Amino acid sequence: MSLSRADKQLAALLRGCALLSAAIVLLILLFLVKESWPVLRHVALTRFVTDTSWHPVDGLYKLTPMLSATLYSTLGALLLATPLGIASALFSRYYAPPFLAGCYRRLIELLAGIPSVVYGFWGLTTLAPLIGRLHPPGVSLLTGILVLTLMILPTVALTADAALAAVPVAYLRGAAALGLSRWGLISGVALPAARSGITAGIMLAAGRAIGETMAVLMVAGNVVQQPHSLFDSVRTLTANIALEMAYATGDHRAALFVSGLALMSTVLVLVGTAEVLSRERHHD
Amino acid sequence: MKKLGIVVTLIIFTGAVWGFLRTKSDDTNIEKLVLTGSSTVAPLAAEIGKRFESLHTNVRVDVQTGGSSRGVSDARTGLADIGMVSRALKDDEKGLHSFTIALDGISIILNKANPVQSLNKQQIIDIYTGKTLNWKAVGGNDAPITVVNKAEGRSTLELFLHYFGLKNTDVKPQVVIGDNQQGIKTVVGNPDAIGYVSVGTAEYEASQGAAIKLLPLDGIAASIENVRNRSFPLSRPLNLVTRAEPVGLAKAFIEFAGSPQVNDLIEAQYFVPVPR
Repeated sequence: MSLSRADKQLAALLRGCALLSAAIVLLILLFLVKESWPVLRHVALTRFVTDTSWHPVDGLYKLTPMLSATLYSTLGALLLATPLGIASALFSRYYAPPFLAGCYRRLIELLAGIPSVVYGFWGLTTLAPLIGRLHPPGVSLLTGILVLTLMILPTVALTADAALAAVPVAYLRGAAALGLSRWGLISGVALPAARSGITAGIMLAAGRAIGETMAVLMVAGNVVQQPHSLFDSVRTLTANIALEMAYATGDHRAALFVSGLALMSTVLVLVGTAEVLSRERHHD
Repeated sequence: MKKLGIVVTLIIFTGAVWGFLRTKSDDTNIEKLVLTGSSTVAPLAAEIGKRFESLHTNVRVDVQTGGSSRGVSDARTGLADIGMVSRALKDDEKGLHSFTIALDGISIILNKANPVQSLNKQQIIDIYTGKTLNWKAVGGNDAPITVVNKAEGRSTLELFLHYFGLKNTDVKPQVVIGDNQQGIKTVVGNPDAIGYVSVGTAEYEASQGAAIKLLPLDGIAASIENVRNRSFPLSRPLNLVTRAEPVGLAKAFIEFAGSPQVNDLIEAQYFVPVPR
């Protein structure tokens, strides 16, 4: 099949755009490596795991507590936001009267539009003192998880809603004709048909939770330690960069870029795992 | 057509790489003033430098950090025109000419609801190193203390540690904060918290009704006034130093940095201008 002239031009343009986006990702990686090089040159990679603590000014570079803080807070937020988000989508799609469903959807969209620093400020001035009454100091992994949940809930809810809306009407009519109950229709037909869309939404939400900086910086307490309970203060990799970058020099600054590299690798691993998982599912 | 796309991308890519690796080239027509030293003074010096450049168009002010000791040694060897030093000069450094451009002071803050009215040096050290864990031990309520510390690299942290003779690895915090505002919000939201912030910020916020109180140190109230008259112990001068009596551009810059024209820049960084 031969392409027309316009098609060929479009193809070249699109190819250029695609290559450019790929190049930008590579350039960012290159930049991170270049900026972290001063410290990687004389500090072995294993020291970022084996050092006793994170005190970069004193030459101690342990990153692992921050890595686990990032993973715990993201995982916690996903565990809370996924069922809530899917439930909210099911409500607005299958249970709510159309007028209410429309209003409800607008509200969720509004929730998605609130800037993260507002969530952080609310968390710091309202949520943290409340949790502090339960168990001081109040700024903790739990507070971080709750604020993150609020932030990613709209992402999960709206993408799940869109995925459910895209389920072909014929499926639903067929299910109804078979005499399935409403829940039977949802669990047997609608959810399986919308599964890939919902999964994509959860991945998107995970990305937002991992990358979130300001809100977590304000409510999680930022002490670099391996959390032993939900009430422990933790520091995520993103918060680490935002907290210290402004005043860091020399090796300290380079070590912060190493945390950036660690964050990027985490995201890569996550995306890779999701890719493998979804591929396996397609095969069965 | 396919090749065109690749070529265009390659050009953009190499352009980006080139721009990314390119080092700044020196322009010979422009007079350059190099300042090195304390990372506390550097942001202030950079702001003053920007305003100085806008008044002298053929001047570039280059500010590099590396600590007060680097400021002293670079000024001595002449590697820098001016050194930046965030402490009083030591006895063996007295040969240098130093000019104080601002003062920096920090205050210990508690929530207003906390009945504790003052703490001595040893009590503060014990709280920050985790030896004292409950307010009852220092005459307060029976409640666990929430220790608020600053993130690494901040000058307030450095001054705090230096004054109390602590290392950051000894400090056992429950909360680590970035800027002064976050510190004040944390202490306002937690009646059992103890923290420290710039005197300038603390005094302003307390006057605006924030539920904090500034603890006196050695019986001296934490206030901008007491930092300015140098009686408040937890404070330090921010100095510019030169090897010889400054001349030419360096002289002009130091005079500018010591003039009331930069008071707003000094206050914007929560430092206290020197009485002139």
